[in-house]
Amino acid sequence: MELRGKAHCFGDDVNTDYIISGKYKFKTLDMKELAKHVMEDLDPDFARKVQPGDFVVAGRNFGCGSSREQAPLALLNAGVGAVLAQSFARIFYRNAINTGLPVVVCDTSLIESGDELVVDLEKGLLQNLTKGKEIPIKPLPPVMLKILSDGGLAAHFRKYGTFHL
Amino acid sequence: MGKTIAEKILSNKSGQNAYANDIVVADVDFRMGQDGTSPLAIRAFEAMNGERVYHPESAAFVIDHSAPSPLEGVSALHALMRQFSKENNMILYDIGEGVCHQLLPEKGHVGPGSLVIGADSHTCTYGALNAFATGVGSTDLAAALISGKMWFKVPETIKFVCHGTLPAGVYSKDLILFLISQVTADGATYMAAEYTGEAIQALSVEARFTISNMAIEMGAKVGLMEADDKVMEWVCAHSNNKFEPVNSDPDAEYAAIKEYDVSQLDPYVAKPHRVDNGVPVGEVAGTPIQQAVLGTCTNGRLEDLTIAARILKGRKIHPDVRFIVAPASRQVYLKAMETGVLKTLVEAGAAVVTPGCGPCVGTHNGVPSDGENVISTANRNFKGRMANNKAFIYLASPATVAASAVKGEITDPREFI
Ligand code: SF4
Repeated sequence: MELRGKAHCFGDDVNTDYIISGKYKFKTLDMKELAKHVMEDLDPDFARKVQPGDFVVAGRNFGCGSSREQAPLALLNAGVGAVLAQSFARIFYRNAINTGLPVVVCDTSLIESGDELVVDLEKGLLQNLTKGKEIPIKPLPPVMLKILSDGGLAAHFRKYGTFHL
Repeated sequence: MGKTIAEKILSNKSGQNAYANDIVVADVDFRMGQDGTSPLAIRAFEAMNGERVYHPESAAFVIDHSAPSPLEGVSALHALMRQFSKENNMILYDIGEGVCHQLLPEKGHVGPGSLVIGADSHTCTYGALNAFATGVGSTDLAAALISGKMWFKVPETIKFVCHGTLPAGVYSKDLILFLISQVTADGATYMAAEYTGEAIQALSVEARFTISNMAIEMGAKVGLMEADDKVMEWVCAHSNNKFEPVNSDPDAEYAAIKEYDVSQLDPYVAKPHRVDNGVPVGEVAGTPIQQAVLGTCTNGRLEDLTIAARILKGRKIHPDVRFIVAPASRQVYLKAMETGVLKTLVEAGAAVVTPGCGPCVGTHNGVPSDGENVISTANRNFKGRMANNKAFIYLASPATVAASAVKGEITDPREFI
């Protein structure tokens, strides 16, 4: 799976309230509507700026906070192709894989907003085309790779009817 | 080799001899979703071609986050939950019943040695009852509703040993805010936290819930405690189910063991906008506040309301402060009425709202205005958490919140005891 897009950088501890505020998520199951407000407490223009396939790039502990699956879904529906971070909070990490949003653990310190990136999940490599640098990425645990490659946990269950890991 | 509590419970429930970092598929004893996560779980259930809920008597939906509904959109989602739970014979706790994390223990659904998942991050609360209880997302919940199972990576364990005796006016909330400030917001990510030591053993079960509740605020998957006599007594009073307590072996392997002497601990306050931003109350004393919140799954129990009432007895809250009280459940509400605690709070000036999450997550019931300071007994103070990203939230114990409500500024509760 090769992904290509521009970087949008954020800091450490981006929590799920920042990704999609509770004041929106309780109202609707319309993810396109939620996508309009994604990341708005950190960058009010993000939803307008982001292009399909672009990357959210962050520091440590991305997605900490609540268990809301609206967080990865809002990112997906805003067009985000993957989230790259130095580490992820546990529930967000699971939710992202379950819903089919690629999450990549790597050293993000060499990436700046606007950088053109290419990520190869199978080869485990990230290229920063703008900076001319290659950055290794931490492979996903096999269980998660299996769920992601089935297209998420719903697709996995449609296929097998239960866990088949 | 010996095992931690987490390794033992996941071994028991998966039938595998599991140790840290193993992947297991385990049988889940109880499954829960709330109104912010269940509607999506229902969608995921449908997307999985789910036909019926496996063992629906051990699955509950709780309508607590926006309850009663403040908006048409929310009403539609609540209606969806009611319909789904009825069709599937699941348990439904509707508006006014209380916060999910109060209800699951109170109604006897969880106990020592059990494996519980909830589509809410503070599901770790039941670790105080020696249950491996962890938060998941909606799709994981849907998978567990269909199959009764869930996959887990067995976590490593970080052990917190709290020695000494908490001083008067210092509570379990202060202790956990202190511990989080020490290890930071991601200090225990992916790990199980085990809390032990005389300072923990001395706490009531109600006070212990506060500590396990906030394990997620250090990134932990579960916040486990041993099942001592107090726990067994509490569980017997709330449940007819049989539970098997699980203790860690003396030779179990830990990722880290952290020891603290808490005898000199001050009341702690987490400053905006991070839970790990905890400082002794003296450092923020005098900060003016406009709203005080007593409640939530962290500190909305009878003991919490009673502690606040003791400070507020015969006093009035400051005229510049709005004081919002959300009892954690209907049962807490009733008991607080019986004991006179509620009367004291209302006489002091409290606005009591429906048992449930209250204003904790900004859905209703007290959204602060721009530039306002809120002091709350909740577990999160993220920017925008209470639906206004220009407000400032300080987290503290019920005693500190009550004392601050009286003085209109952040106050050391020891001035009142
Ligand atoms: S009280 Fe607050 S933290 Fe607890 S479940 Fe409700 S919204 Fe979440």
